[in-house]
Amino acid sequence: MTDALARVEHTAVSLLVALGVALIGVPLLLTLYLSVFDEKLILFPPHAYTLGWYPAIPVTFGAPIWTSLQLGIAAVIGSLLLGVPAGIGLSRHRFRGSRLIGTLLLAPLTVPGIALGLAIYIVLVSIDEQTGTALTGSLVGLVLGHILITTPWVVRLCLASLATTDRTAEEAAASLGAHPLKVIWRVTLPAMRPGIIAGALFAFVISFENLELALFLSSPGVTTLPVAVLQYLEYHIDPMVAAVAVAQTVGIAVLLLLLDRFVRLGRVVR
Amino acid sequence: MTAAPGASSLSLDHLTRRFATHTAVDELSLEVSPGEMVVLLGPSGCGKTTTLRMIAGFIAPHAGDIRLDGSSIVALPPHRRDMGIVFQSYALFPHLSVARNIAFGLEMRRAGTAATNARVTEMLRLVRLDAFATRLPRHLSGGQQQRVALARALAIHPRVLLLDEPLSNLDAALRQDMAREIRLLQRGRGITTIMVTHDQTEAMALADRLVVMHDGKVQQIGPPEALHLRPANPFVARFIGGSNVVQGRIDAGTRLVLADGPALALAAAYHGAGHCATGHVAASHAIAAATLAVRPDSIRLAEPGRREARTEGTVELCTWLGATLEHVVRLSPGVAILARGPGLGPDAAPRHAAGTRVSLHWSASDEFLFDAGDRPVAADAPHFTAAHVPPPDFTSPPFTPPSCTPPNCTPPNYTRPTSPRPT
Repeated sequence: MTDALARVEHTAVSLLVALGVALIGVPLLLTLYLSVFDEKLILFPPHAYTLGWYPAIPVTFGAPIWTSLQLGIAAVIGSLLLGVPAGIGLSRHRFRGSRLIGTLLLAPLTVPGIALGLAIYIVLVSIDEQTGTALTGSLVGLVLGHILITTPWVVRLCLASLATTDRTAEEAAASLGAHPLKVIWRVTLPAMRPGIIAGALFAFVISFENLELALFLSSPGVTTLPVAVLQYLEYHIDPMVAAVAVAQTVGIAVLLLLLDRFVRLGRVVR
Repeated sequence: MTAAPGASSLSLDHLTRRFATHTAVDELSLEVSPGEMVVLLGPSGCGKTTTLRMIAGFIAPHAGDIRLDGSSIVALPPHRRDMGIVFQSYALFPHLSVARNIAFGLEMRRAGTAATNARVTEMLRLVRLDAFATRLPRHLSGGQQQRVALARALAIHPRVLLLDEPLSNLDAALRQDMAREIRLLQRGRGITTIMVTHDQTEAMALADRLVVMHDGKVQQIGPPEALHLRPANPFVARFIGGSNVVQGRIDAGTRLVLADGPALALAAAYHGAGHCATGHVAASHAIAAATLAVRPDSIRLAEPGRREARTEGTVELCTWLGATLEHVVRLSPGVAILARGPGLGPDAAPRHAAGTRVSLHWSASDEFLFDAGDRPVAADAPHFTAAHVPPPDFTSPPFTPPSCTPPNCTPPNYTRPTSPRPT
């Protein structure tokens, strides 16, 4: 390859990288810029700048944020309880129908969120009609729905981390006298720690940002942050929403960075 | 070999395991005495690892029984078998320190903190890793990890120690050290041990008895010397010592005629060959298919035209490897023979350039003949006994069988598992 060609190639690669960074970065920077406008409506250019929108977030969105946090944590716990054993079972045992179960566990990933939300809503309504419960619009209903969409991620990440670990360590533990459950507790689970942590993180982020399910399943008392933001946007076009977006992005970014210090996420998520 | 008080005996009784249509282990029977070290040796896919995994309890046999001190353990799960296993990959627990790795089995047995700590200290000293107790496995070298794995397996006072290719991940120099170390530990403690390997040098160095396996079947069981001196079939002859194996037909009990022409003058006479192979009474003059095995280091080369030459051939390749000198000698388009002699010192073998004609010589005790069914064919008179084996003597006059000795047709059956083990 000639020098000129190499230079052209190098320039092209640099341009593409710059374009990619811009695509990701510009909306974020623009949101950050909008969030400090001191205007009632989003006007450009702004007359003044303020940080006042940020302290106002808890006042306006305090209850939905609390709901979303509760929901996220419950979804994480639920999907770990389901997904981790499922991952271990699917990776360590080949049994009749194990492939089918594996496919079913990952299936919710392929169904559009809106369709899933509507389907869950219909199911919950009919359960309520049959049994007299009040699942529709309750936090419990939301949690069940979110566990459905977060579990596939936990299973996937657990399977990925189990595929790279040495099975013979489990056999060694068994030969040393460890009961099968003890083997899982003392050897398998520690080995899949990065996968479990990454799975929990993904589950939380997916639950926290989910709008489609919550649109159907939330009710006046039980409103998640994305739904609350949407409702707010119906009546107000002001920089408050931009401030919420920035706060949420920063919060999740900090969470990711902290976790990356403990487990190399790049090693688990490929 | 000294058996520790309370060392266990292990017996495998017609153990069989199939995978789909392939029989990985076929009716394997083996008696292992207390304190004995038995090595399962064979090429990959011969069923040796499957056998080890059945003993450990990771795979269930389809037929047969495994008995430890006389009682069947075939229904017990791995964690109730009291076997110490060292894996090829060591299989240390990556998240636990060296000391915690060694303590694992004791914790599972609820040995108590004081007893556990004492045992861990003892084990660390045994494998000379006292200074590494708090390290994580990934901060150790391969040899050190291997020693941790050994200490972890020994810490629980296993009834049987199982070693799965324990040396194959180490480099050559370390491998020999480790082999000696394992042998000394095993002998010193008198632990009944079964090791699996594909490396015959490793097997020779470690085994009280070798079990040569091929295609899921036991080929021969015996002490390394016995397998070396009396291979039960051509496979064992080739696998142990890398014998040259040629096929042909026996002519008049004294010549082996190769398929594509040349004939070899056998060092001993085998008038029983036809008889043994076919079972016919009047077969002493029959021409029977036979296989001859001669180890490369038993073959001496000389100028052509000598008396007592077994055969002649053309040197194809002469390779000097320092301690040894190797010649590839072509006898016919389809048959080449490897000959190996000392490369250095006063006994160094003469070199023969490629293209020169040479005669090949070996003595009766270095020649192994097998019949069409791959059973050993005895020479007309025994040229060695179990108690005394004469060293190869190239200067002695050619062997002449005494005519009064009846043909000895009974091949020694080393594959019978219940035969008493020579001590």
